Amino acid sequence: MTEPDPLLPPPPGASMVAPTALLEKRGVRRALFACIVLLALIPAANLFFPESSPLHMSSYMVALTGKFMCYAIAALALDLVWGYTGILSLGHGLFFALGGYAQGMYLMRAIGHDGVYQSDLPDFMVFLDWKAYPWYWSFTDHFLYVWLLILVVPAALAFVFGFFAFRSRIKGVYFSIITQALTFAAMLLFFRNNTGFGGNNGFTDFKRILGFTITAPWTKATLYWITLGVMVGAVLIARLIARSKLGRVLTAIRDSESRLMFVGYDPLWFKLFIWTFSAMLCSVAGALYVPQVGIINPGEMSPANSIEMVIWVATGGRGTLIGPLVGAFAVNWLKTIFTSQFPEFWLYLLGAIFVLVTLFLPQGILGVWAQWRRHRQQRAMIRSASEHAA
Amino acid sequence: MSSPATTASGNETALSGGASYGRVKGEEVDTRHGAILYLDNITVSFDGFKALNALTLDIGVGELRLIIGPNGAGKTTMMDVITGKTRPDTGTAFFGQSMDLTRMSESTIARAGIGRKFQRPTVFENHTVFENLELAMKTNKTVHATLRAKLTGPQRDAIDSTLELIRLRGEVHRMAGLLSHGQKQWLEIGMLLIQEPKLLLLDEPVAGMTDAETERTGELLNELRGRHSLMVVEHDMDFVARLATGSTVTVLHEGSVLAEGSMAQVQSDQRVIEVYLGR
Repeated sequence: MTEPDPLLPPPPGASMVAPTALLEKRGVRRALFACIVLLALIPAANLFFPESSPLHMSSYMVALTGKFMCYAIAALALDLVWGYTGILSLGHGLFFALGGYAQGMYLMRAIGHDGVYQSDLPDFMVFLDWKAYPWYWSFTDHFLYVWLLILVVPAALAFVFGFFAFRSRIKGVYFSIITQALTFAAMLLFFRNNTGFGGNNGFTDFKRILGFTITAPWTKATLYWITLGVMVGAVLIARLIARSKLGRVLTAIRDSESRLMFVGYDPLWFKLFIWTFSAMLCSVAGALYVPQVGIINPGEMSPANSIEMVIWVATGGRGTLIGPLVGAFAVNWLKTIFTSQFPEFWLYLLGAIFVLVTLFLPQGILGVWAQWRRHRQQRAMIRSASEHAA
Repeated sequence: MSSPATTASGNETALSGGASYGRVKGEEVDTRHGAILYLDNITVSFDGFKALNALTLDIGVGELRLIIGPNGAGKTTMMDVITGKTRPDTGTAFFGQSMDLTRMSESTIARAGIGRKFQRPTVFENHTVFENLELAMKTNKTVHATLRAKLTGPQRDAIDSTLELIRLRGEVHRMAGLLSHGQKQWLEIGMLLIQEPKLLLLDEPVAGMTDAETERTGELLNELRGRHSLMVVEHDMDFVARLATGSTVTVLHEGSVLAEGSMAQVQSDQRVIEVYLGR
């Protein structure tokens, strides 16, 4: 047997925390590719097979899966700051909602004169007796401008908030509580009618997006495919970051921030980079979510929503790339079943999941899987060794 | 949070950290006067207790300085002041002739060329030995440069020779958290060396090492003498004695310098015997 040359670059993924390395295994990649193809086929099965066909997928399934993918993108965004960098945000619902609201502004303008009052203004403004759009609604009838808002507004908020918080070296539970307070304050602000975002009803009754009827099956399918594409793209970008030296600096911040300072890195700018990127990604998820579910209201900013995101990530496996996606799908699938079958028990179950995951699965679902694989490998090695001996 | 020293440090860090972002400090340490570190009249108090009391000390270029002193003498606080972790209430700390350490952030000081080894070994436990060295290596440490960083041939060679020096070649792809205590100490020393610092601060480098490891560490530090300036804080008197040939020993007591000189001079000093060696 030849010794591996220590100077050779480490085999891809070998050096990273085990679950991250999963993505680099060929079998896992094939399985993920199969998952992407299956996900992509769902709207096709809805469009091309008649309802009587066993291969038909209901529109409900398309909408549900589309929604889950948006959650998965948000979970991935949260994982980048929490799982990789060790910054627990309990306010990512805010960035999700801001993206949703920005997209909602465009969708409200796109209703045109088809509202109840057939006015230039959205119904809620007519109801408040407003005569013109407030200044911050300017240009929101342009789709591209709205996407600029979706990318820039939450990012700018995250940057400014993060700059002051990280510069003052606010860490751990204190940081988490402040993010929670931030989303709560924003929720109260958006609940007010005078804020100009429809108060507690938010935005709904959308009619069209870029001229296409928003409820048409093809529009829904297209939105779904775009979301799938963004989700895959987000995983690839996150992988690029996680595997770069910057990714190693981020995990070093998580594990030993002071050591990192004394080797010459300023953690402030690394934290700000990933925090701002995460907010932006979360906002994109929210912007894709709103046209698919057809409503956005301040409830999305409630602290409970942000905490639920944390539970998705914890359940799937933090500090991994696929974990948050798995967690978002698994928890929300359970939620869908429970809230329709036993609605009164859902919150108990959610709490139980969190407690059980914290106690027994600190690495989440992916951690269990990785452990099981390692166990099997070891047994195989022992077996082959004993066969050798015999 | 409560002490004025730490509050000041927060503000200072933000200012200097912000200003240096995106640029590698081109400024070189000016050591024309033969000294690399000047501490002058430094006082640090925590809630009325003076951890450092008008401490004045300087370290020459290429010198190996040994610092001893009983517990609570201010050794660790002094290192905190030098590395920017604690701001002194009064006094000045200069690196070379021109760099005012009391106005620089921890990371700027590290990039300027002061490396620090902590009392307890602190390495990145979830990174491999290789990655630990890669992170510590002297290079552009901004966000942008880090995102695009790729190891070059010379950098790989630097990692390899450091691995050789700290005898961890066989553990190169092992998680640092799985190393033995002594190996972690060495890895941390390796991380310091690969930063190419001009001044190394070593806080009890042989704590928890086996005799063989201690001996090897002594050899290593003797090899570094002349190439780097070193400041070694140590409790292990045997180890201090081994390094003492040709070095100055400084005895700290209650936050200021009690005695300074060769090992023999210090050992025969009556005050030193009283506070430290005699006990």
